[in-house]
Amino acid sequence: MTGLPTTHVVRGGRQNRLATKEPLWLKALFIGTTITFLTLFLVLPLASVFAEALKNGVGAYLKSFNNHAAYEAIKLTLITAAISLPLNVVFGLAASWAIAKFDFVGKSFLLTLIDLPFAVSPVISGLIFVLLFGAQGWLGWWLAEPYLSLPWYSFSEGAWEWTRIWQGSPIRIIFAVPGIVLATVFVTFPFVARELIPLMQEQGTDEEQAALSLGANGWQTFWRVTLPNVKWALLYGVVLSNARAMGEFGAVSVVSGHIRGKTNTIPLHVEILYNEYNYVAAFASASLLALLALATLAAKSALEWKLQREATLEPKTVEA
Amino acid sequence: MTIEVLNVTKTFGNYRALDNVSLTVADGELVALLGPSGSGKTTLLRLIAGLEEPDPGEGTAIRFDGEDVASRGVGQRQVGFVFQHYALFRHMSVFENVAFGLRVRPRATRPSEAAIREKVSSLLKLVQLDGFAKRYPSQLSGGQRQRIALARALAIEPKVLLLDEPFGALDAKVRQGLREWLRRLHDEIHVTTLLVTHDQEEALEVADRVVVMNHAKIEQVGSPVDLFHHPASEFVMDFLGRVNVFRGRVEDGKAWVRDLPVEVPGLAGQSGATKLYVRPHELEIERRLNGHPAMQSTVQRIQLAGAIVKVGLVGPDGDDIQVDLSQERFATLDLRTGDTVYVSPKKARIFTPDYVI
Repeated sequence: MTGLPTTHVVRGGRQNRLATKEPLWLKALFIGTTITFLTLFLVLPLASVFAEALKNGVGAYLKSFNNHAAYEAIKLTLITAAISLPLNVVFGLAASWAIAKFDFVGKSFLLTLIDLPFAVSPVISGLIFVLLFGAQGWLGWWLAEPYLSLPWYSFSEGAWEWTRIWQGSPIRIIFAVPGIVLATVFVTFPFVARELIPLMQEQGTDEEQAALSLGANGWQTFWRVTLPNVKWALLYGVVLSNARAMGEFGAVSVVSGHIRGKTNTIPLHVEILYNEYNYVAAFASASLLALLALATLAAKSALEWKLQREATLEPKTVEA
Repeated sequence: MTIEVLNVTKTFGNYRALDNVSLTVADGELVALLGPSGSGKTTLLRLIAGLEEPDPGEGTAIRFDGEDVASRGVGQRQVGFVFQHYALFRHMSVFENVAFGLRVRPRATRPSEAAIREKVSSLLKLVQLDGFAKRYPSQLSGGQRQRIALARALAIEPKVLLLDEPFGALDAKVRQGLREWLRRLHDEIHVTTLLVTHDQEEALEVADRVVVMNHAKIEQVGSPVDLFHHPASEFVMDFLGRVNVFRGRVEDGKAWVRDLPVEVPGLAGQSGATKLYVRPHELEIERRLNGHPAMQSTVQRIQLAGAIVKVGLVGPDGDDIQVDLSQERFATLDLRTGDTVYVSPKKARIFTPDYVI
């Protein structure tokens, strides 16, 4: 721009300013609409949860956690999250590693499949497991009386025969903790993979190839190069996945059976209390989930900031 | 270390990236693989590194010092590979980047922390970036990054250094500097080096020998002087610098462009239509005819910026003719656009006549 006449620059600048300047009333309209909407649909409901929970004071609020059912619901929720999160981390890393770093037939199909839990209703996700593991389900007969068998050649008969080599006691999945964990894993598994795949694809395989050429083995390459490069995105996926795992209602509701003190997670516990007109306790439990949501939001923003900072740090180069 | 590549073919699906290529690189040599994109030069480099595997075939082999390395993966070949886009580990400091190859060694052969420290600082000194150890790749310029990538590759004391378009992503000025620096570095450490480039100037300037590749095959191998002055094919002639192509004919061992006889040795007994290749500096411009036969042309453009003056002419058939003149010669001729001049080649090359009658 150095050689251009000054008048030209000034004119260009003014045009630019006019192009981005809206009238005041339009700005006010947009901002006002947004704030009204946010207040009505986000802030008010959230505030009402805490208001309702603390209606009878802090004592009543705390008391609603001080019983067996509430305690068990919190415990079950934590157990479910504690099992499903590591599974999702392993699965998410494996899937995104495979998709981003290798070429194979059926790659796009696998990508679509990963999104499946987002596409189907959570209730359907729950029903899938009832159909699979329920008493009348595909695998239900085996679970009711599990055994392993091997084809065995018997000389006397001269024919193949199945011989039972192990038999166990009945395994309960539906209306029990394993079912809840399975349903939760199903609905949360896309979160980690979806965060990692675009980042890994963007980063390519150059660094891994460099590590290999420097004598690193596959394991060292993964731990020292691949994982550190995606650690913030991974954590971000875990945070989102955790929020969903703890808050999931639909899928868990179908497989849980709502046995109080046994198969109720916090969301199911809230529903039962609410249906019993026990509003303070219901909203007190709900406030736990709301707090979790707020914490998730805070963690998410922090991680986004971190990710963005790393992304902008990269192309900022000083030419020698 | 010597490298031998024997009858190597590489296909990706239906695409043939390398077609029965053989090449020998002597110990301590700096060889450039030169060619347009898609000519197979990077594939050849990656095959030598072990980042790709050649198609299985009879007599196919890659040997280091006479030893077949087919069974060795990239990590076991002791090659230093430098990538076009540096591929530095972005979350590690410069120090850790360079130390990486030492740290990942099995415990038995891993140097002590003090030895690693010493090695890294000597390498940083070698690439003239001591004092940058604590920085991160994102805080370095492109040229600095590439030098760190080189230091990192040298840390494993490679027997071969493989550079894949190492200066391709840098701007012209930095590239020129790094080129000269690489040549000096090679003279200092004498590691057998292969350098992939699509920049003919870079190849001719840096390498002991240049391998010109085209369409998955090697077109010609030779010293830079050899290639420039004795190109073996039209492709090499065309790829190594600018060239004028004249349609002409050979009659009884003599070459003609229209009614202009051109001296081309080694045409005895040949006849037929042909193409004559003449470099811009091999053409003479005269103001008026002085007894020599010449082509009448018109000056169309003059490019004065540079050590030589590039003059664009329109020939008698309306074809473009490029002529390079020294500044002195240009001043003597005092050319203007639109002037009529007479051009004659001092030298020309003919590869194969289009057909022989």
